[in-house]
Amino acid sequence: MKKLISIIFYFLITTNQSFALVEVDITRGNLDPLPIAVSPLYIEPGSKDVKQDDKIIKNVGEEISKVIEINFKRSGLFNPLKKDSFVQNPDIAHIKPRFEDWRLIKAQALVTGKVTVTEDKLRAEFRLWDVVSGKEMLALAFSTTPDNWRRVAHIISDKIYQRLTGEDGYFDSRIVYVSETGPKTQRYKKLAIMDQDGANVKYLTLGNELVLTPRFSPTNQLVTYLSYFRNLPRVYLLDIETGVQEVVGDFPGMTFAPRFSPDGKKIIMSFAKDGNSDIYTMNIESRVVERITDHTSIDTSPSYSPDGKYICFNSDRSGYQQIYVMRSDGSNVKRISFKKGIYGTPVWSPRGDLIAFTKMTGGKFYIGVMRADGSGERLLTENFYQEAPSWSPNGRVLIFYRETKTDSEGKGFSATLWSIDLTGYNERLIETETDGSDPSWSSLLSK
Amino acid sequence: MNKSIFLSIAFHSVMIFLTALTLPYMMRTPIDLPPILTVDLIQITDKTSIPFAAKANKILEKLKKKEDEKRVVSQQAPPSEKKKEKPDRIPLPDDLNKEKKEIVKKKQNPKEVKEQVRQASEFEKKELFDPNQIAALIDKSKEETAETLKENKKLTQSSVKNSFANALTLSQEDALKAQIFGCWSLPLGLPYQKNLMVRIKLRLKKDGTVLKSEILDHARMNMPGEGFYKVLAESALRAIRMCQPLRVPPTGYEKWKDLQLNFDANEMLKG
Repeated sequence: MKKLISIIFYFLITTNQSFALVEVDITRGNLDPLPIAVSPLYIEPGSKDVKQDDKIIKNVGEEISKVIEINFKRSGLFNPLKKDSFVQNPDIAHIKPRFEDWRLIKAQALVTGKVTVTEDKLRAEFRLWDVVSGKEMLALAFSTTPDNWRRVAHIISDKIYQRLTGEDGYFDSRIVYVSETGPKTQRYKKLAIMDQDGANVKYLTLGNELVLTPRFSPTNQLVTYLSYFRNLPRVYLLDIETGVQEVVGDFPGMTFAPRFSPDGKKIIMSFAKDGNSDIYTMNIESRVVERITDHTSIDTSPSYSPDGKYICFNSDRSGYQQIYVMRSDGSNVKRISFKKGIYGTPVWSPRGDLIAFTKMTGGKFYIGVMRADGSGERLLTENFYQEAPSWSPNGRVLIFYRETKTDSEGKGFSATLWSIDLTGYNERLIETETDGSDPSWSSLLSK
Repeated sequence: MNKSIFLSIAFHSVMIFLTALTLPYMMRTPIDLPPILTVDLIQITDKTSIPFAAKANKILEKLKKKEDEKRVVSQQAPPSEKKKEKPDRIPLPDDLNKEKKEIVKKKQNPKEVKEQVRQASEFEKKELFDPNQIAALIDKSKEETAETLKENKKLTQSSVKNSFANALTLSQEDALKAQIFGCWSLPLGLPYQKNLMVRIKLRLKKDGTVLKSEILDHARMNMPGEGFYKVLAESALRAIRMCQPLRVPPTGYEKWKDLQLNFDANEMLKG
């Protein structure tokens, strides 16, 4: 009996000593961009200078780190720390970083690396460090031709972005757009292509003909666009690598907004026939045209969902121009935009979750996004005139163009390219050599 | 038989008498209690220079009159650097000690405090910052007394009990949260439509440094389409490392040595 009592007494005491796990909910944090230090890539002794066009780049390691920094800064997610504050030199940092020094300047992540340049080869290796825990997070090496150093910088940026955010990057990508020069009444429009950061601009057409709405193929090798030949619109295909240009179709009446299907086998577009504009697809190989919508209203701006099962487009079948979604065979048409205003240029996100659009209401233009079912509409940016959003490869950033008012003398007009991320806070001008409009973002080049 | 009847009647009479006495108390109208006010507990440091309340001054003056020797009593609380001088400036003669004991009796845990005082040597007594006297002077506020006692760990049995009753008080939890809020850099590219919560279990040392950390939903890290979770978990671990030592209570280690932090980005990113 005594034993039993003592056992009960013991259990009473011990159970009294065990406590429930204390839980604390952390629901707030710091939304500032992540402080990251990008140490200049160390140049291996014996390396040669990089020759690009007419320029000679002496310290390509530092140039690569600058490109990475600019990419990060523009993303709005990272805060690259100033190099003046770095305590440790790159020659030591790439071997073994002294984390205390990097913690001192409040860096949470660190990029180090080295570059070796020979006559015809550039080898870059980099490491991403978690400064707080002192652990390596990522280490990769790339080899390419020396004049390709900017792409190496973009690929490194993408790898770091992916490791630190969990989503694909978008830095190693290109933008095709319409380059514009001359006064508003007499604009010369050429097709141009550049890196996503505005570097490496190349002109694809001469400017003899008016070009509109260029769009990348999923493989990034082809661009489809609309060009006027003898005042008639034609849909063209242009091979970027070879420069070969091909007419896809010579359609009667007005043709608008050609765009590739996700598998790259079809082009979807709208064209006006008998005074009525509907949506059609054309198989690129067989050139077979298929009608998708058949309605008395104007249906334009079609865009496929990433899985190719659905198409979003705009139509005035309700009386005002609104956004609709249908199956890719044209069935099951549903209106998804219901708010006040006129909606146009819907584009499906590469993630598949959102549709970007241009909206006009109250005399102003907005770029916004909504879910594929039409819910959660958010207007990201507002301006006098802006339109034609195009998604970055990771579906986080939108590029669009903006036009300014002309003054009483007809001067002051300009068209510029802008980007904005889904938060709506990180709006940035993309500097181009000339005015630019109708931008289209490629998918990742190095995927 | 008669005896048992007599006893029964006697007992029943006693019971009826007692019931008659106690029932009126139950019939009383309930006391109209004032609403409960939340009070933030502020720790009184050794270096406090808060002037005594007027009431405390009066008590001090009474004590002063009882003293045989003429002493100058400061209008302000003695700074910590002058602790050693305190016994000289405010001596504790026998009569004063008696009064002190009477005051102590009115407190929640008089015995424990007394034991602690008894355990301390004469030398220690001189060294010690006497919280009881200060508590008596500062309007006998229970909360403030408890906090003052915390300052001196040798006299904190009552405060230890208080900590054990609650693992973390609201203000302690808020302090810990505020500390981690400042350290946690949320990855901004997280997908909005996903579950953005990471639970991390910690084993802490007494000083708040982290002995061991464990991500509770570790399996999610390697699941397809959950790449963001690894990033989120890493950001949470980074925040803990940056913040340590964590702001934990000085007492009740057994209660908070195992701590679970739920990092929830849903509220911030989804709005």
